[in-house]
Amino acid sequence: MFAYLAKRVIQAVAVMFVISLIAFAIQGNLGDPLRELVGQSVSEEVRQQLRDELGLNDSFVTQYLRFAGNALQGDLGTSYFFKEPALDVILKKLPATLELVFGATLIIVGFSVPLGVYTAIKPDSIISRIIMGLSIVGISIPVFLTAILMIFVFSVEYGWFPSYGRGDTVHVWGYWQTNFATADGWMHIILPSFALASIMLPLFVRLIRAEMMEVLQSEYVKYAKAKGINPWRIYFVHALKNTLLPVITVGGVQIGTMVAYTILTETVFQWPGMGFMFLEAVNRVDTPLIVAYLIVVGFIFVVTNTIVDLIYGLVNPTVNIARMGA
Amino acid sequence: MTKFVRSLAAAAVVAMAPVAYAETTVRVAYDADPVSLDPHEQLSGGTLQLSHMVFDPLVRWTQDLQFEPRLAESWEQIDDTTMRFKLRSGVTFHSGNPLTANDVDWTFDRLKQSDDFKGIFAPFTDVEVVDDMTFDLKTAEPYPLVLHTATYIFPMDSAYYSGTTADGKDKTEIVKHGDSFASRNVSGTGPFIVSEREQGVRVVFDRYADYWDNGSGGNVDKIVLTPIKEDPTRVAALLSGDVDFIAPVPPTDLKRVADADGVDLITMPGTRIITFQMNQERVEAFKDVRVRKAIDYAVNNAGIVDRIMRGFGTVGGQASPAGYLGYSEDFAPRFDLEKAKALMAEAGYADGFSITMMAPNNRYVNDDKIAQAVASMLAQINIKVDLQTMPKAQYWPTFDERAADMMMIGWHADTEDSANFHQFLTACPDEATGNGQYNSGNYCNEEADKLMLQANAETDPDKRAELLQKLEGILYEDAAFIPLHWQNLAWGAKSGMNAADIVNALNFPYFGDLIVETGS
Repeated sequence: MFAYLAKRVIQAVAVMFVISLIAFAIQGNLGDPLRELVGQSVSEEVRQQLRDELGLNDSFVTQYLRFAGNALQGDLGTSYFFKEPALDVILKKLPATLELVFGATLIIVGFSVPLGVYTAIKPDSIISRIIMGLSIVGISIPVFLTAILMIFVFSVEYGWFPSYGRGDTVHVWGYWQTNFATADGWMHIILPSFALASIMLPLFVRLIRAEMMEVLQSEYVKYAKAKGINPWRIYFVHALKNTLLPVITVGGVQIGTMVAYTILTETVFQWPGMGFMFLEAVNRVDTPLIVAYLIVVGFIFVVTNTIVDLIYGLVNPTVNIARMGA
Repeated sequence: MTKFVRSLAAAAVVAMAPVAYAETTVRVAYDADPVSLDPHEQLSGGTLQLSHMVFDPLVRWTQDLQFEPRLAESWEQIDDTTMRFKLRSGVTFHSGNPLTANDVDWTFDRLKQSDDFKGIFAPFTDVEVVDDMTFDLKTAEPYPLVLHTATYIFPMDSAYYSGTTADGKDKTEIVKHGDSFASRNVSGTGPFIVSEREQGVRVVFDRYADYWDNGSGGNVDKIVLTPIKEDPTRVAALLSGDVDFIAPVPPTDLKRVADADGVDLITMPGTRIITFQMNQERVEAFKDVRVRKAIDYAVNNAGIVDRIMRGFGTVGGQASPAGYLGYSEDFAPRFDLEKAKALMAEAGYADGFSITMMAPNNRYVNDDKIAQAVASMLAQINIKVDLQTMPKAQYWPTFDERAADMMMIGWHADTEDSANFHQFLTACPDEATGNGQYNSGNYCNEEADKLMLQANAETDPDKRAELLQKLEGILYEDAAFIPLHWQNLAWGAKSGMNAADIVNALNFPYFGDLIVETGS
């Protein structure tokens, strides 16, 4: 077990190194940050001087070594736009993104289970057909389009929900401001959460339905039915339990995808999280912030994947941990 | 805060209540927020918009592009190179310090240190303080744009910005890409003070209680500025009543905003010209004035404004917009396909040739669509265009390399003056002076340059107009570049806000003067 753990940690460090190298290599191709930092009529000479000051004229290796040296001490550079350490900027934006992901997760869990189970039990009913049809539509429409449509229907036409931003937030701890403490905060988070959930929800409905239908065919369900056990008990206790195992595995992997979709959702809703911040940073060629974001997100992925693998091994003893590490 | 803060409607209700206290809040959404609170860190629209709220200029532009006194009460030319200004008395900064000529002197020196602003102030040598309320602005040579430049002087509180911070940094310093005292703290004489700021998310302005200008009737107590970059979201925020004022309104939503109830669309011709330049060093044919003219004749400017811009632009045949000294109605947009074909044949290019073209795709309104249209228009005179568009971050370095035969560039004159277009876009490129810095066509005409120099030393407006119009005439006859249109400006505002009174072609709404009907 210990050898496996050590191996995984070394792997994680190697992956982080590669991520930092790639992130750093990309930044040279994003364009010239100076254009965003100075006015249109500033002379080339002054711009050159600023490039020197920022160290942009050094060779790639020099720049990377300087960056890596600082990064090992926890300094991922200073954002040109925010004029603060890039890591601080990201940490300040992180709670907003996490709350959004949390909101979307609640919606996905709350809707996908009943809808998935229902469509599995009554696959031929009209309602099931409508649900399945809508799920295809949901998967096919890009998130930003869903988001804009939602704004125009629910904010502009009906005026039920606010159209942008986080609204009233309450300070909890450190950089963490929460949306869940005020009515205004709840109103603001509902639309973006649904928009973010719009891709994943149909996926999970279909997944649960498929798994559930398979389980319902199995011998033990047939046996339980024959014994005359209450069908609800069979569906929600016996069958669902076995359905959810593979669903949870897939769900863990999908969390990463969800972080990626926050970029689109946050941009449309002007949600002040780190996805929105990242897209803005790309537009502004705020290279230190871009690199820091990629590294932070890469770090989150590496850590969660490592943990998921370890837990998987613990939960399912048939997986040979020692051989997995090999 | 935004939704439950007392909105305009709420303010009206409060106004009717027995307690005669009403707070008028205006919620504003722009496509970007100012990069810094330091007015000298970056020369951009966002910075100038902020400066007009928190500071006040010596003089400012009116809606018809005339000068209006602000902190300077009056001015007179006392010799060829000296303009004497009298300051308004009784003006105080947000810190409580009174405004004196020393603050202007200090601000001038700081402007000369600013990378972004020193170009504009290059012709100026000094500010000489005569007495507390009087100072002389001096130039090396007679200079016609003294008042134009004075619109950029927003006196800063010299006492407030002097000394060192707790961690030993100079409070005066201008830091371009880092943290400085001035980028986070501000004391101006303007109608609003910054009470809260989260960069990229929200800036809150409160009315400055001791603001000097009581005559304007401005009654806004609080402004909440939110940057909303996405066009559909910004429009939705206005239509749903979440904000009261937005800029810009994207061309695709003009009709929607104009037709919506309770919301007004305000439009105005802008002063930024969109052009194409033809690189004479890369393409031999572009050296022939007949070919350049043929291209100008082949491009249907009016069609582009009509179809692609949906009428939201002003068709241009020259760089200077109406109202500028160099503008003349004689330089009408050209469009005549038969003439274009004849000119191509005359120049020996009846069978045409192939060129490359580049344009940004997120810098100007519909920039990539305009480039596509121009490319297909050129195909009609047998010029085959290989078009490439890219985001502005990649476009500008490419532009500097002069990487394509035809490149798009839009320009707004910092000085609101015709000579500025020529200096950057069409003057003979010269690294020492910086002239022709954005002249990717490598067009060079010494007579035109001479006219620009003459105009820049001519203080008589009539003679200057003559010189500048002559200059524009040369560029027109030479078809030095392909002018397309001036982008229009559009704002959306809640009805009854009187927002039309405070906007201008420079896009610095004067919120201090805004009179919101609190009705009852």
